[in-house]
Amino acid sequence: MTLLFDSLFNGISIGTVLLMAALGLAIVFGLMGVINMAHGELMMLGAYTTFVVQNVFRQWGDPWRDFYIFPALVAAFGVAALVGLILERAVIRFLYGRPLETLLATWGVSLILQQFVRSVNWVLALRLGVFGLLFFGGWWLLAKRVDWPRIKGWVLTLLLVLSTAIGTVGGRLLAQTYALAVTQPWFGAQNRDVTAPRWLRGGIPVGQLFLPNTRLFIISLTLVCILGLYIFLQHTRWGLRIRAVTQNRAMSACVGIPTQTVDALTFAIGSGLAGVAGVAVSLLGSVGPNTGQNYIVDTFMVVVVGGVGKLLGSIVAALGIGIANFLIGSGTLALIFPGVPILTDTLNFFATTSMAKVMVFALIVVFLQFRPRGLFPEKGRTVDA
Amino acid sequence: MKVLHSPHTPDGITTPAQGLDLSPRNKLLLEAGVLMGVLLLLIFVFPAVLSGFRLNLLGRFLALSIVALGIDLIWGYTGMLSLGQGVFFALGGYALGMHLSLQLPDGRIPEFFSLYGVTELPWFWRPFYSFSFTAIAIFLIPALVASALGYLVVRNRIRGVYFSILTQATTIIFFNFFNGQQRLINGTNGLTSFTTLFDLNINSAEMRFAIYVATILFVALAYVLCRYLTSGLFGRILVAIRDDEPRVRFSGYDPTGFKVLVFAVAAGLAGIAGALFTLQTGIISPNAMSVPFSIEMVIWVAVGGRSSLIGAVIGAVLVNFAKSLLSESFPEIWLFFQGGLFLLVVMVLPDGLVGWVRTQGRQLWIIFQLWRRRLAKTSLA
Repeated sequence: MTLLFDSLFNGISIGTVLLMAALGLAIVFGLMGVINMAHGELMMLGAYTTFVVQNVFRQWGDPWRDFYIFPALVAAFGVAALVGLILERAVIRFLYGRPLETLLATWGVSLILQQFVRSVNWVLALRLGVFGLLFFGGWWLLAKRVDWPRIKGWVLTLLLVLSTAIGTVGGRLLAQTYALAVTQPWFGAQNRDVTAPRWLRGGIPVGQLFLPNTRLFIISLTLVCILGLYIFLQHTRWGLRIRAVTQNRAMSACVGIPTQTVDALTFAIGSGLAGVAGVAVSLLGSVGPNTGQNYIVDTFMVVVVGGVGKLLGSIVAALGIGIANFLIGSGTLALIFPGVPILTDTLNFFATTSMAKVMVFALIVVFLQFRPRGLFPEKGRTVDA
Repeated sequence: MKVLHSPHTPDGITTPAQGLDLSPRNKLLLEAGVLMGVLLLLIFVFPAVLSGFRLNLLGRFLALSIVALGIDLIWGYTGMLSLGQGVFFALGGYALGMHLSLQLPDGRIPEFFSLYGVTELPWFWRPFYSFSFTAIAIFLIPALVASALGYLVVRNRIRGVYFSILTQATTIIFFNFFNGQQRLINGTNGLTSFTTLFDLNINSAEMRFAIYVATILFVALAYVLCRYLTSGLFGRILVAIRDDEPRVRFSGYDPTGFKVLVFAVAAGLAGIAGALFTLQTGIISPNAMSVPFSIEMVIWVAVGGRSSLIGAVIGAVLVNFAKSLLSESFPEIWLFFQGGLFLLVVMVLPDGLVGWVRTQGRQLWIIFQLWRRRLAKTSLA
């Protein structure tokens, strides 16, 4: 009995992290049919934001350092949402109706973000700033000319080259003047550690069980996120618009819903949720440039199993995958069926964290044979879904 | 623009666009001629010009271009974006790697087994003593795995993004499996330190050249196979599935069989590529199944141009040479460059280099001709 509760608790706490990561992905996928491969990197940005906020609060001394986690949540949401917004406006909106190309483009973004956190330093930041100012500033100024459409191609190429060159030269000069102070990477390639605040260490003993505080915190954080998202989607005007566009984009556009704004908003919110998930991830282990990659495939599987359009689907799928992963990975199942030797042998073969994923994937493929469109598919008669 | 494509300009001279039009038969002959020419160039001229190191790289990249051909077949023509070709690539590589590891005197087993206290050869290693079995396994095992997975997924009409992320998950799954099984296939370290094939030293210069030539021949064979599959009715159905699958179904075709078959062919090609690649690098490890590598393969095709088979080959060779040049000199720029490449190709060059040459190149050519003609006229006057 204790064993069962223990596995349930552990499974649920794995599942809640997955769920938080998958929520944003699922609403974006439901709305735009787009899978964002950079979603894991948005989580990673959230985790790095937590790291930065923690360091700032540590300098301020004692009463503050234990409460960095709440500002970190807000900051992580903000940073991830901002990056998501830029991503949607700059890349994804041009790829409408081409989901496979979007997949590749967002993968490119995820590579860039990974390398960015590895090598970002003052020089790179300055170069990016100068480039952005010159390129987009020049674009904005010159777009007012009457013959803009005719000269657009050449002018943009010229601007691109010029602003890259100026940024590079500026960066070189800066690097020569201040040397190591500006060329040292902010984070570097190695992993960084976020230490949980003191009130999150330890845990609560329940009977023979020991429930770690960080896990409980993550579970309650997930509950808050789901509740917030539910209220937002069901009881606000913008939530109503998002649901309308999810159901029927063309009709929503006809009745005057600004679908472009809805897309941008949803993408920002989904990305922000990834940032919050990043805070949770940073509490569980150290943070590195590859943090996002570890979660991304499991998160995709949650979306596949959960189907689109309903929050409940994602919730059940995430918890189910989390529990199945833990039950198989820890070898608990083998203990539950002690009688049958072949079964126990097989289960023991899969009783490691990585092999459990193998078996869970096989189960997902079997599951898709019965419900190819996920747990709670939208009812409808369209062939194209 | 219309005017430019009309057969005759007002002054009665045929436009250059018409000069390029050939009958289908002549086109095929021209293509075969060009293919032969490139083959001869690769086999006789390149070895004389390139250094041994670069030639070896070229051989590897040509092996990779066979995977690219398969991806072009399933993605460019059929619209199934597989992010898991690395699995099939590695399966082919492992099949050959196992055969090469077993080139031992009787009764001995590969050395790494002793590290884990394994004394007896696991049962699935035994058939790989035979070269003919291995040669078949190299393409058949990946093809069978692909058709099993493909059937289970495609038959439920799971397609588009769902198909892509399921194949991506497959990559992780196989990676975990091969990475975790030290006692069966040496886990993370993979299979390495191969010495002989057919009792010949594979590191000798002659053998290396023979492998290089064999790779080129396999690329040519793969190209001809893909060319055969994509011309004619079969190819048209593939394109129809890409453009509108429900309509294909309403027309009385069942897309499932076509999709599974073409997925299996692509997997078989990936297996052959993996075997040739393993032979030239001398190592096969689970890294070949990592997620980034599989997605990288897609970008080769995207850069070259997915609407044409030759684009896949060109893309694979070009991107890999760029990679080896860039990561030799500036290792940290490579990821930025690769990420930028993904964005650039998707946003600006959706049909890749070959597509760009086809549209822009032809236009530029026409503009150049018109300009030359105008120049001739003014100089006369």
